[in-house]
Amino acid sequence: MIRWLLLILGGVLLGGIVHLATVIILPRTATQDAYARLSPIVPVNTAVSLPAPTPEKAVMPFMDPAFASAVCRYDLSQGPLKLTVPVSPAYTSVSFYTRNDVAYYAINDRAAGRRVIELDLMTTAQHDQVPEDEEITAADRLIVESPTPTGLIAIRAMAPEPGLMKAAQAAIGAARCGTAQPEPAPAPVPPARPRR
Amino acid sequence: MRLIFGTLFGLAVAAAVGLGLTHYALTHGMAFGGLTIEGWTAWPKSGTTDADPYVRASIARSGRLPTALGDGVSFTVDSDDDGKILDGRCEVVVSGVTPPARFWTVTLYNPDGGLVANSTNRYGFTSQEIVRHSDGSFEIVVAPRANPGNWLPTGGVERYELVLRLYDTAVGVSTKAGREVPMPDVTTRSCP
Repeated sequence: MIRWLLLILGGVLLGGIVHLATVIILPRTATQDAYARLSPIVPVNTAVSLPAPTPEKAVMPFMDPAFASAVCRYDLSQGPLKLTVPVSPAYTSVSFYTRNDVAYYAINDRAAGRRVIELDLMTTAQHDQVPEDEEITAADRLIVESPTPTGLIAIRAMAPEPGLMKAAQAAIGAARCGTAQPEPAPAPVPPARPRR
Repeated sequence: MRLIFGTLFGLAVAAAVGLGLTHYALTHGMAFGGLTIEGWTAWPKSGTTDADPYVRASIARSGRLPTALGDGVSFTVDSDDDGKILDGRCEVVVSGVTPPARFWTVTLYNPDGGLVANSTNRYGFTSQEIVRHSDGSFEIVVAPRANPGNWLPTGGVERYELVLRLYDTAVGVSTKAGREVPMPDVTTRSCP
């Protein structure tokens, strides 16, 4: 009798470890997370508009139907990324997620304070290579550091009324996301930043 | 023989307890740092890098992208103020005011996070299109049949949840329930 009780107790303790281990490992093994759902339809380093969610079909669950959205699936191994998002009439936001769908940064049109949200996305190592004096001359440029070399950028514009959906979609459709290329010719590492 | 049998039994208990707990935790939205105000629950930390392992696992399992904290906060409700599970065959009234935000939206989802089909293609309201009373408060009737005013159709589904998303808002990780964050009341008016 005691033997069985001990076995059950041991099993429950081990079960607690199994529980914690599965919770921690799950995000790394999930095959249906947002990144995995978007991978087949969104090429790397390109902003792609997502179809509006309908009852029959939605790219992801819990999408807000009042928004036009686009996604850029990025890979910073080839150099920093440049993102340009024209602001829609109502509300525009850009949210950054790691490979495991953890949000690490977001900015909206009001925080950006102008007609176009422009920023550079780079890893910490790439940021360290940016010469300091250049950072001062380009003080108006926003630099975001990504904790992981790959991840997702969600670009979203609100249509406060159904009639404004076209304008929101147009703003989102004009969003650009791509590796920052120098104007005349490709430069060696560190990658040159885009000129104005 | 007894040793093998005993070990197998212990391992079976471990697997059942461990996987059962994980499944329960992820399907019942168990996570730390939840902010519940008048029945509406949000996990502001789920939109930050401070998200705990339970939130991360639940996000990965559902396949959604959480609302980033710099973007906004989303509050979910799946039962009315009396604790009764929201039923799409009943008439439910969502009334009152929301915490200050530049924009907000209210959306109706089935428990899997999909929109619910209906004849008017209305899935929710935004703060701009809603019809308000003169004091700024509003009333949304969530019901299977057409209603005057702000009617949010349920399509007659058995269970649903409402998500209130506040965009560009001061509500966040440090928010406590109180008078600065008034949430709309959710009341079941009648059931067939």
